[in-house]
Amino acid sequence: MTGRPAASGERVTLDDYAAIVGAPEMTALRAFARPLEGRRVRMVSAAPGGATGAAMLARLVPLLTALGLTVRWDVVAGGADFPEAARAFRHALQGEPAVASSRWRDVLAAAIEAHRCQTLFDDDIVVVHDAELAGLVASRALLRASWLWRGHADLTRPRPEAWTFLEASLNRYDAVTFPAPTCSPPLRVPVYVLPPVIDPLADINRELEPDMVRGVVERLGIDPDRPIVSQISRFDRARDPVGAIAAFRIVRRFADCQLVVAGRVPDDGPDGSDSLREAREAAAGDPDIHLLVLPATGALTINALQRASTIVLHRPVRGGFGLAAIEALWKGRPVVAADVGGLPAVVIHNVTGLVAHSIEGAAYHLRYLLANPPVGHVLGERGRRHVAEHFLITRLVKSHLLLFLTVGQAAGAASTRS
Amino acid sequence: MAGRDAAPFAFVAASYLVRVCHTRARTLGELADGMRTCSDGAILLHTFRGARRSPSGAFTSDFAQWILASCHEAALAERLEAVDRRAATSVPALRDALVAPIADHLARVPEAAGRAAAAPFCFCEALDLHVPLGRSAATLRELADGIRALDLETLHHHVVRVGAGIGQEAATADFSRWIADGLGLPGVAARLDRIDIATRSLDDLRRDILGAIRGDLRP
Repeated sequence: MTGRPAASGERVTLDDYAAIVGAPEMTALRAFARPLEGRRVRMVSAAPGGATGAAMLARLVPLLTALGLTVRWDVVAGGADFPEAARAFRHALQGEPAVASSRWRDVLAAAIEAHRCQTLFDDDIVVVHDAELAGLVASRALLRASWLWRGHADLTRPRPEAWTFLEASLNRYDAVTFPAPTCSPPLRVPVYVLPPVIDPLADINRELEPDMVRGVVERLGIDPDRPIVSQISRFDRARDPVGAIAAFRIVRRFADCQLVVAGRVPDDGPDGSDSLREAREAAAGDPDIHLLVLPATGALTINALQRASTIVLHRPVRGGFGLAAIEALWKGRPVVAADVGGLPAVVIHNVTGLVAHSIEGAAYHLRYLLANPPVGHVLGERGRRHVAEHFLITRLVKSHLLLFLTVGQAAGAASTRS
Repeated sequence: MAGRDAAPFAFVAASYLVRVCHTRARTLGELADGMRTCSDGAILLHTFRGARRSPSGAFTSDFAQWILASCHEAALAERLEAVDRRAATSVPALRDALVAPIADHLARVPEAAGRAAAAPFCFCEALDLHVPLGRSAATLRELADGIRALDLETLHHHVVRVGAGIGQEAATADFSRWIADGLGLPGVAARLDRIDIATRSLDDLRRDILGAIRGDLRP
C-alpha cells in the first residue's frame, strides 16, 4: 500500500538554511542541481517505524524539489504483518536471531510484489530506502531508471539467511550507500558513503532561549546550577547506560555533578526494557542520577537537555553512527565518546572532543573537562565547526545531487576519480 | 599588472563522493600492504581529502590519524604527516614517500606489524565531481571576489587540486598558474605558492590567498 508520510514537519525553505551554512554553499548546491532540473526522482521507504529517518526524508524531499527536481515519495505500508516481518528481517541483518524463522521472507516478498504491481517506476532515478524494500529493484528491467539503494544500518554481521535474501537484490542496483565504510559488506556494485547528518532547523537541534532550557531542566527535577553530565540516546545495552553510571560514580569522587541518562525505550524487543531495568538497579535511587524515559515526541526536551549539559557522554559499546554526538557538538557541547562505529569521523581526540576506550578513561576525561571548562569550550566550538562543514542536511542534499549526477551521467557534469 | 586581455578564469562548483574499496587493514603491516596495492584514488583521498578538517590540530592524513588513534604509534604518525606531499611528482612517488616511514618503522620494530589496531582502517577513494559555477574572472579583482564567494569544498578543489595537483610545483597551482600565465603576475603567483596548505584550515587558506593578492588589486 502506498500513502503519504504522516507528517512532514515545519515547512522550511532553502533560504532558511542559507542563513546557517552561508550563501556560497547554497550557490554550489544550485550549481549541482542545474544539470538535474526536471529529473524525476522517486524515493521509496518503509512506513514510519522503519530504519529510515522519516523525519530526514521529510526535509530532504522538499529541499530537492526546491532545487528543481521533481521528487515524489512513496511509503510502503504493506499488510498488517509487514512491520513485524520487517523488524525480524532487520534484526537478522544485524546478526540477531530471526523471530519467525522464514515467515518474514514471504511477507516481505508479498509487500514488494504488491508495490511493484501498482507502481510504474517511470522515473529517471529511483531511490529505495530500507533493507526490507531492496527487492523492488526487480522492476528495473522494465524501464530506464537508475536505481539507488540507501542502507541505514551496519550489515557486516548478518545472519546468512537474511543476507542471501538481500544480497542478490543489492547487486542489481547502480549504486548503494552506507553511513560509514565500516558498515558495508563486500558488493559487486559501487558503494558510496553518506554519513549521518542532522537538521539544524528541526526541533531537536534548533536554537532555544536560555529561559526555555532552564525551564525544561527544572521541570525534570534537575538542578540547572550544578554541572550536568548527560548521555542521551535510547535505552539499550549497546548504548551502555550502566557504563555511563559507572563512569559517573568515579567522577563524583572528585567533582560535584549530576548525571542525566535520557532516551526512549525501544519497543522492538526486550533489550530496551531490560537495559532500563539494569540502569535503574545501577542508579540505586541516587538523587543525582536522573534516568528519564522520553517519548518519541520528546525532541525539544532532548534539545534542552543537550544544551543544559556541561559535558555530553556518548560511548556505545558497538555500532552506531554518532548522531547523538553530532547533535551535541552542533550545540557547542564538549563530548566524551567511544571510538566505535561512525564516531571516529565525528569525535577526533583532542580536536573535536575526547575519545575514551574504557569506563575509567571516560571518567578521567569527564573529570578533566569539569576541572578545565575553557578546554571544553574550545572542543565544543571546534566540534560545531566540524559538524557545520560535514554533518548538516545540506551536505546530504549535495550528496544526493552528486549521486544522481553519477548514476544518471547527467549532461554537463564532469567527474574524475581521485 | 592585471589586465583584461587574459582568458577568463572559470570557477566551478566542486565536491566529491567517497567510494568504499572493501580493503581493510587491522594491523600496521596490513596498512602498509594496502597502501602498496590500493588505487591511486585511495592514496590521494586519504592523503589530501579524507581528513581535511576545518578544526586545526588533527592530522590531515587519514593514514597518520589512524596510526595515531588506532595503533597508538605517535612518532610514526608524526613522520607520516610530515611527508612533504608537494614534493611528490606523481602518485607512485607519493605512495613510495608515504610507505617508506612505515616500512622503516616495521624494519626496526617488526613486532609492530602484527599488533591488532583498535579499529580497522577502511580504504576508500573519492569520486570528484565538478560543474560550471556560472562565474568567471577576467581580472585579479574579479578573481578575489570569486574566491570570497566560494564554498569550502570548491575552494579545496581549486586550492589543493586533488589528483591534478600532483606533479605541479605548488598546491595553489589552479589560481597561481592563471595569475602567472593569464595575468602576467608571477610575483603574486609566487606569493600564493608559498602558502602552506597542510597546516591551514580552508577558511585560513582563503584569507591567506586574498591577503597575498590584496596588494596588487587595482583601486
